[in-house]
Amino acid sequence: MNKPHPYLPNSVPEIKETMLEDIGVKSIEDLYSDVPDELKFNRELDIPGPNSEAEVKRLISGQLEKNLTLRCPPFLGGGVWPHYVPAVVDEIVRRAEFLTSYTPYQPEMTQGMLQVIFEYQSLICELLGMEVANASMYDWATALGEAARMASRLNRRDVFIVPSLISSKRFSVLKSYTDPAGIKVVQVDYDKTTGQIDLEDLKDNMDSKVAGVYVENPSYLGFIEENVDAIAEIAHDSKALFVVGVDPTSLGLIKPPGEYGADLVIGEGQPLGNHMNFGGPLLGLFACRDDPRMMRQMPGRLIGVTDTMDGSRRGFTMTLQTREQHIRREKATSNICSNQALNAVASAAYLSLMGPSGFKELSEVVASRARYAMRRIGELSGVRAPLFNSFHFKEFTVKFNDKTVDEVHNNLLDKHLHGGLSLVEEFPELGESALYCVTEMHTKKDIDKLVAALGEALEE
Amino acid sequence: MRRFRQAYWDEPLIFEIGREDRVGFHVSPLEPELQDAMDDISELVPAGMLRAKPPELPEASEIEVLRHYIHLSQMNYGVNSGVIYPLGSCTMKYNPVINEVLAGHPKITEVHPDQEATTTQGTLEILYDLKKYFLEVTGMDDGTLQPAAGAHGEYVGILIIRAYHMDRGELDQRTEIIIPDSAHGTNPASAIMGGFKTIEIPSNEDGGVDIEALKSVVGPQTAGLMLTNPNTLGIFDSNIAKIAEIVHDVGGLMYYDGANLNAIMGKCRPGDMGFDIVHSNLHKTFSTPHGGGGPGSGPVGVKAYLSKYLPVPYINEDEGVYSLSWEREKTIGKVHGYHGNINPILKAYTYMLTLGGEGLRESSELSVLNSNYIASKLKDVRGYSLPYAEGKPRMHEAVLSATNMSNETGVRALNVSKKLLDYGIHAPTTYFPLIVDEALMIEPTESEPLESLDEFIEAMKKVSELAYSDPEDVMGAPHNTAVGKLDETRAAHPKTICLSWRKYCSINP
Repeated sequence: MNKPHPYLPNSVPEIKETMLEDIGVKSIEDLYSDVPDELKFNRELDIPGPNSEAEVKRLISGQLEKNLTLRCPPFLGGGVWPHYVPAVVDEIVRRAEFLTSYTPYQPEMTQGMLQVIFEYQSLICELLGMEVANASMYDWATALGEAARMASRLNRRDVFIVPSLISSKRFSVLKSYTDPAGIKVVQVDYDKTTGQIDLEDLKDNMDSKVAGVYVENPSYLGFIEENVDAIAEIAHDSKALFVVGVDPTSLGLIKPPGEYGADLVIGEGQPLGNHMNFGGPLLGLFACRDDPRMMRQMPGRLIGVTDTMDGSRRGFTMTLQTREQHIRREKATSNICSNQALNAVASAAYLSLMGPSGFKELSEVVASRARYAMRRIGELSGVRAPLFNSFHFKEFTVKFNDKTVDEVHNNLLDKHLHGGLSLVEEFPELGESALYCVTEMHTKKDIDKLVAALGEALEE
Repeated sequence: MRRFRQAYWDEPLIFEIGREDRVGFHVSPLEPELQDAMDDISELVPAGMLRAKPPELPEASEIEVLRHYIHLSQMNYGVNSGVIYPLGSCTMKYNPVINEVLAGHPKITEVHPDQEATTTQGTLEILYDLKKYFLEVTGMDDGTLQPAAGAHGEYVGILIIRAYHMDRGELDQRTEIIIPDSAHGTNPASAIMGGFKTIEIPSNEDGGVDIEALKSVVGPQTAGLMLTNPNTLGIFDSNIAKIAEIVHDVGGLMYYDGANLNAIMGKCRPGDMGFDIVHSNLHKTFSTPHGGGGPGSGPVGVKAYLSKYLPVPYINEDEGVYSLSWEREKTIGKVHGYHGNINPILKAYTYMLTLGGEGLRESSELSVLNSNYIASKLKDVRGYSLPYAEGKPRMHEAVLSATNMSNETGVRALNVSKKLLDYGIHAPTTYFPLIVDEALMIEPTESEPLESLDEFIEAMKKVSELAYSDPEDVMGAPHNTAVGKLDETRAAHPKTICLSWRKYCSINP
């Protein structure tokens, strides 16, 4: 480059010369003398640039402008949901001391991050009604895969039971984690009227090979799984673990899994102060009981409280590291190293801002808005919403009797409204159905606009 | 030396802050007409499923929460706020501010992953282009952006190796992944997760793969080899083509751990060295921030013949129109709930365009210049040495040993690290790679001005002096950080382990 790049302080020719002289070589090429000639790359990489900051900003902003501006947040959920992120949360995660730090391997110098993660673990425990939460997994789907493997390690069994009504994406990730471990995944049936897990089918599938029984609450299709006490009992009777996946925004209203016998709780922490970001970074929640056997089998990082050696101060540090790959290598509980720490920081700040009353209000407002939307959409002719006769939290199924989901949704898109997630390929037995999601971000006006647009689309 | 003192706020836990009924945020309430129209939602929740009492979250006002977390941030250390962050293997380079500005654009942050492709053309174009540039740097033919971290990328690579052998009907036979003893801990952990056995091979006197040892373990049972080049000693293994040949000859695949890619951008490419599968850590080589442990991003590149195994969805381009395809002949399926860590990917994309091909090459060159500068200034300082491959240049990092110091004074690598903290300098990686006794693994990156390098060198010399004159001082370090040495035994002991506030309260009523 003709002039030194702002990111490269030592690209000034005189500095390079001095340094080469100090090292005792003539040129930078001498430092690459171990690279055989036939492996040397003899042209410049074909990547545009260098570009000035202003050029890059214009270029990328221009590309992003190609994303369609919607009139209101999409009515999409299923594992990532549009929720409001308070300004304070964004401010905290932009702090360079957090943002640009590595994993806190030097606890004396990184007490800040360690304390936040300890607080995050504690806040998640309060929310889930559990006793131990780890510092994060990549997302809900990988947390599910790790939970199945952990259950299998704990009781040395190799069948993992999941509902039939589960996200096909989450299911595919689960299989990526269970197949190589020789764990067989079995799906249990659901009641066609209510969507609830078919308890008889579950019982029929239970035997001494079942490592864990997994349910989601709310379920993938948005209704609350009500027979959780019975499911817990069925699982525990066979000495299997009861594993529950949650959308945490429901837990200001709905009973937490820790109160109905869950041994492991996982879920997606994205709605707790993290933007959707086209599906990443997300935040995999992972919690277990205060049981040393379980803690030793936990994947991922754990932060504990301790004192300084001189006893003068409280402090925080990574603990039980002998489970982790950097110590145990091939004997580690998981290969996870980088996790979603900054997203955990965001969630700690979010939960601290919300407080108990704010969080309860969030759940109630979300459920009320969703209920309003479900009622209004259900009143349209040619539509059935929801398909299942159960209590729904923020997502619900909408079935179009005389139109395809694609027809209706393209019509909505013409009006810059984004409908729900098509279920046509995931669950053909549900017909032309979609999963709609409503959160506190959707005002009455937004919902009314959607209902009017759906009405028009159905009449065309 | 710099007179450094880290902030210490004696900061309470967030649970110890605030008062009853305080709030830090208001959820937008229901519109009055909606409120009138709706029944009380809590009365509709099925019997037994209503939460009896709200979660015990803090009750604090907005400013209390903000100050709390800003205080905590001041008790932390980042590459953009510190002096130098020479943490080996982690590539703690400058995290450009413009990356953050663009990553905050609502057209990236407020997009749902299941939106119709017609509404996300901008995002898809960026992902498509970024993948193209990543393949150019690594010399691969195709790839995926789905892995959320380097280890996650390794797992994808292992799943592809598994799928490849299964496809050929050889999975039952090919049960072993070969890994050098200098490898990152994630390599064996990933191989085991993928259902393989690991076979460890020793390094030769230059720190490279011992060819004879390799020959003695390969065979029809070999599924593949995982390797980083330059290796974790910061040494480029000149035998790489030979190594690839040996593994390929027995039908194994070559996996490249891209943790050390920062040394070689535009200088040589894993794809040309004979690797079949590559991952890169965007949070190392391509400047995206580590965020105190994550999120990262670990895209994987493969040679054309492995493309059919890549995860879905796959991004297609047709005359400037982008789409996501879920059809893929032999896909391994999905490894992430959605498309990967998109926000960091945008930052890496910004970084690549800011530097261009030429700037990326120069970045690698300067990272190598910086590490050799440090190595040349410290290798003869009393107490330190530069083991393996004497006289050979280092790449982007160099591994010193403090064995002499440890033997002569009792001051160990760990103590050296802790003493550096007292000068406001982050510690190198210690005790890794495992093949170096008392290892201090130093990776300055190209971001550091000569002045920072000199400051680090001075600090290392000062620690050496102290080790021989006042070892107690070094062994008692750190003194100037937010807290001094911590009781790690207490933190892990079954009787005292405490992982939550609730437990803390029960132990300390």
